[in-house]
Amino acid sequence: MSATEDFKSSSCRDYGQHEATLPGQQLAWIRSLRGDALEQFKTHGLPLGGDEAWKYTDLKALNRRTFEVASQAPAIEPQQARTQSLIEAPCARLVFVDGLFARALSSASLPVGVSVASLAETLQTDAAALEGRLGQQVEIAQPGFSALNTALMADGAYICVHRDTPVSEPIELLFLSSGSPDRAAHVRNLFVLESGASAVVVENHAALGDGAYFTDIVSEIFIDEHASLQHYKVQRDGVQAFHFAGTHIRQHRNGHYVAHTVDLGGRLVRNTVSASLAGEGAECTLNGLYVASGRQHVDHHTRIDHLVPHAISREQYKGVLDGRARGIFSGRVVVHPHAQQSDAQQAHDSLLLSDDAEADSRPQLEIYADDVKCSHGSTVGQLDDDALFYLRARGIGLEHGRELLVRAFAAGVVAQMQFEPLRARLDQLVGEKLAAANLSGTR
Amino acid sequence: MLSIKNLHAQVDGKQILNGIELEVKPGEVHAIMGPNGSGKSTLANVLAGRDNYTVTDGELIYEGKNLRELAPEERAREGVFLAFQYPVEIPGVSNIYLLKAALNAQRKHRGEQELDAIDFIALVKEKMKLVEMKEELLYRSVNEGFSGGEKKRNEILQMMVLEPKLAILDETDSGLDIDALKVVAQGVNSLRSKEHAVILVTHYQRLLDYIVPDYVHVLAQGKIVKSGGRELALDLEKRGYGWIDQPDNAKSATVGAGS
Repeated sequence: MSATEDFKSSSCRDYGQHEATLPGQQLAWIRSLRGDALEQFKTHGLPLGGDEAWKYTDLKALNRRTFEVASQAPAIEPQQARTQSLIEAPCARLVFVDGLFARALSSASLPVGVSVASLAETLQTDAAALEGRLGQQVEIAQPGFSALNTALMADGAYICVHRDTPVSEPIELLFLSSGSPDRAAHVRNLFVLESGASAVVVENHAALGDGAYFTDIVSEIFIDEHASLQHYKVQRDGVQAFHFAGTHIRQHRNGHYVAHTVDLGGRLVRNTVSASLAGEGAECTLNGLYVASGRQHVDHHTRIDHLVPHAISREQYKGVLDGRARGIFSGRVVVHPHAQQSDAQQAHDSLLLSDDAEADSRPQLEIYADDVKCSHGSTVGQLDDDALFYLRARGIGLEHGRELLVRAFAAGVVAQMQFEPLRARLDQLVGEKLAAANLSGTR
Repeated sequence: MLSIKNLHAQVDGKQILNGIELEVKPGEVHAIMGPNGSGKSTLANVLAGRDNYTVTDGELIYEGKNLRELAPEERAREGVFLAFQYPVEIPGVSNIYLLKAALNAQRKHRGEQELDAIDFIALVKEKMKLVEMKEELLYRSVNEGFSGGEKKRNEILQMMVLEPKLAILDETDSGLDIDALKVVAQGVNSLRSKEHAVILVTHYQRLLDYIVPDYVHVLAQGKIVKSGGRELALDLEKRGYGWIDQPDNAKSATVGAGS
């Protein structure tokens, strides 16, 4: 590594080194997809200032760092993977370590009518299934990580639920980071729910170590007519980790997408979501909870396009910020011309537990139709003194009272999760994080 | 049980109480009446230890302890209970959880074992019957979406489960219909005994038809300007507060009840 090397040049060098062995390179369309993306990344690079979409998230420190992808997944004991799993019951589970598929740790007991596989393997065995979907829903001609990810995508999950197949058992995608410093992982997921299909996907990001590693994830999700997906994304990366996730959804007529995103870890975390509501009756729900302490930085950036009439979108994000943590929510809803009877609601509520924590909210509505119902709201507050006094006046101690109120604030998001087996585990994880975040800290 | 001497207090820097004198003995029920702004609710909140209610002078002795030195939760564990004028909604904390945590905090403080789940539920259900509360309210968030009457019943339920030595009811009667008022009165009367004392803060004498006080005190401009028996409340009902002496020429009024 030379002294002048930065994130961009080291990433391009990574591409040069691994180009031949990246999955799917035997296919012309993949070579061209990657090649175009690399050019875009070279042109746009990282947003290092002046970009509205990255107004509150400074990538200069990241840009000074260099990372390297793993050539093979580090060996992990099955027990280590099991303890990080969020689902107790046997289920289809794909495990990735530092972005690479770990077959020995995975289990694929699958119901009929569902494909769950490593994306890299699918590019070798059944690339035709991916063509026309992979790379179609993500915009790469802009600064950021989408182009980088498309150029360097190494592996991830390919899930296809076939027509009229309802799958009630969850599919868990466990992305483990070894925690090795300077390790990069470029994760690429593709979920396809064909007409009338339904599924529950739990995307679980966990760390086995605390190095300053880098993960970027791009997930493209296609929800066909009358299909529905519950998508849970739980992020517990290491305290120094960089985590950039882009989730890009296309929903057709009466297609339903419900996402619950829980962020507890990471040093610098950015979740970008873009949803295109392209069919009447489509419903998109984005719920998020983040608990950040120390110097954690968590940025949620969402965009929902109402392209046709009669679609519904709901966003509800909540953040608990302690120490010098910072939380950002920018939510844009665009109601396109003719998208009459669009119904959009958006809310971001944050709770500041310390004087040095900071929350920023930027709800944006862009409405080009005249018969719509859109609302947004945002609150930034501290613990309710009246509620705290009420609890104390009943004999509940100050610290216990504070903990109760913070947990109650956070529990609202978890309580809305339809997939019940996940709630207790998440309540516990959120509780542990809150306890670690020193609730009795100064205000 | 409670001895208040020369109590001066401020709320957010504004002087509200100007020398309250009050003695409450076990078994007694005292009604504190007075016009709006006279300091009734301030007195109740000062006793419970609310933030921003600052005692600037005087003594607050409860069971031989200096209340001024005790945090709100310590007062509660020692048996002081405030029924709130405006019970607070706490989304995400269930009513039953609060009751249990409150009761166990008190029991722990007294060196008693925590109540097991079965005994606890039995106790709560028994008390709920007395306040005619729907059981489903136990499992809802504290006061969230409760009607005004349900909130006040919930305060009384908490009081009955905790069996405080000193219960302070801050305008618990305001906004209640007659049925709810009777329920509140029944709850308070069930607590009446040689060991328990009650301070009723109220604007109207209506509640005193159902909870007959031993003493009635009239507060004006942060001082007790008149004390008497329950007939004083009836006088007030008939004649309003206008005839009450102002604090400056009513030095003798603080003698009387309880002292």
